[in-house]
Amino acid sequence: MDEKDLLILRLLEENSRLSPEELAIMAELSGEDVRCRIAALEEAKIIRSYTTIIDWERAANGGVAAIIELKVNPERDYGYDRIADRLAKFREVKSLRLVTGVYDLQLHVTGKTMQDVARFVSEYIAPMDRIRETATHIIMKTYKENGQNFCEKEPGERLPYSP
Amino acid sequence: MRDFVSRRARVIPPSGIRKFFDLALTMEEVISLGVGEPDFSTPWNLCEASIYSIEQGGTSYTPNRGIQPLREAVSRWLSSHYGTNYHPDTEMIITTGVSEGLDIAIRAVTDPGDELIVAEPSYVSYSPCVTLAGGRPVPVECLEKDHFKLRADHLMEAVSSKTKAVIINFPNNPTGAVMRQDDLKAISDVVIDHDLLLISDEVYSELTYTGTHASAAAVEGLRERTILLNGFSKAYAMTGWRIGYLCAPQEICDAALKIHQYVMLCAPAMGQIAALEGLRRGEDEKNKMVQEYRVRRNLFVEGLNRIGLPCHLPEGAFYAFPSVEKTGLSDLEFAERLLKEEHVAVVPGSVLGQGGKDHLRCAYAVSRAHLTEAVKRMAHFIASNSC
Repeated sequence: MDEKDLLILRLLEENSRLSPEELAIMAELSGEDVRCRIAALEEAKIIRSYTTIIDWERAANGGVAAIIELKVNPERDYGYDRIADRLAKFREVKSLRLVTGVYDLQLHVTGKTMQDVARFVSEYIAPMDRIRETATHIIMKTYKENGQNFCEKEPGERLPYSP
Repeated sequence: MRDFVSRRARVIPPSGIRKFFDLALTMEEVISLGVGEPDFSTPWNLCEASIYSIEQGGTSYTPNRGIQPLREAVSRWLSSHYGTNYHPDTEMIITTGVSEGLDIAIRAVTDPGDELIVAEPSYVSYSPCVTLAGGRPVPVECLEKDHFKLRADHLMEAVSSKTKAVIINFPNNPTGAVMRQDDLKAISDVVIDHDLLLISDEVYSELTYTGTHASAAAVEGLRERTILLNGFSKAYAMTGWRIGYLCAPQEICDAALKIHQYVMLCAPAMGQIAALEGLRRGEDEKNKMVQEYRVRRNLFVEGLNRIGLPCHLPEGAFYAFPSVEKTGLSDLEFAERLLKEEHVAVVPGSVLGQGGKDHLRCAYAVSRAHLTEAVKRMAHFIASNSC
């Protein structure tokens, strides 16, 4: 990993549709070099997937999302890893993190309705061994996601010329 | 009734882009590459610091020189980044943008009849400020074949017995040229030999894409004969806050301070707070913006060369300066028709002094999407005019 790799990652994170040729111009590299670097980054699983950030609220798809906090008893030899691995297998779980503080694991869960999410938590998550406590927070509004500010206003008018 | 307008005010030309400005305002969906300012908003932590200071009642005059913590921070920053040392209490003034710094610098050193050499093409203010101060601006051209650097032999040719000072601006608006240590050393020999003063506007210093910026004041023998101007507008996306600074040996600084006291009193208080926050905790945000400008530069300059507008790779600032000579159109014609026909606003190089002819100043401080679209429209313009 060098500075050029980091630049490629930053550019792709912002817009994964950039072609190797476009990236090459921006990063002062050859197209071939960019292709090799991306292949290596994919191989090393640094690039995990190419995705799209969607404002689902705006899409009015009617989905519900929640943040779920879990207090978990860690396992000898494995800590939180095995339970995290089980949780991660659920399609409903969009992200999963181990955090410091009053709880241990944080899940981002989506469902079609509030009932869906509630059922998922009460039927699948809460009864799992080693889970001591759950707290479900329904997301009311997303203001910023992955660096994208959803409620940003159009910037003020700039002068067409200066001075 | 008498004609009340002074001769000095009459003789300075209006800005050459006024006509374009008025025209652009009547149009829809103009992509403007005509603005010499970042498209980013000021990093939010700088705004927060300023808002908090207003809430705390920080709305008064500040000391003439500017607030002490800002001067100290600037002094440390200059020393650690460029190796230039200025005492915050005796050799520095926080100014209302570099524009004011430039004005008081020139007025502090210019007597009637003095000649001040201006390296061109250049930002539009230098020569008018010299004229308003009673001096005579003498242009010296920086050539494309020299990558728009100022050459010592060309500078030498412009020197006369009346020459008092030389005004330079690197990284340069409008060419994006930078002067490295060696380039400045060559200039310094002429400046020292002829006992001249150097006024160095380094407002784009942080927008140097390869290597680090070489400050004129750090070149051996120049510090005692240099007025260093810099500010926060470009690097910290703070154009509207109007915060710059002037650094000079005490005697010159005292003279400039007198003018500053009478005409400006102090730089905006809330802007000084934002600038201080920028120096304390703004480095990462600034670096991100600089990296983005570099990406845009690469994208835009490649585009210009591809569509037949030859352009050297600018090493600093955020301007590309392509040549339109091959198209058979003058830069003025090209810029006017490009605006009318394709709604892309650029600045014709002619209005930026000698050496600007047949070039366009294109500020690439706009989004990548806009740059790509601008290149597309320029290509269409060239094709449909089969120039």
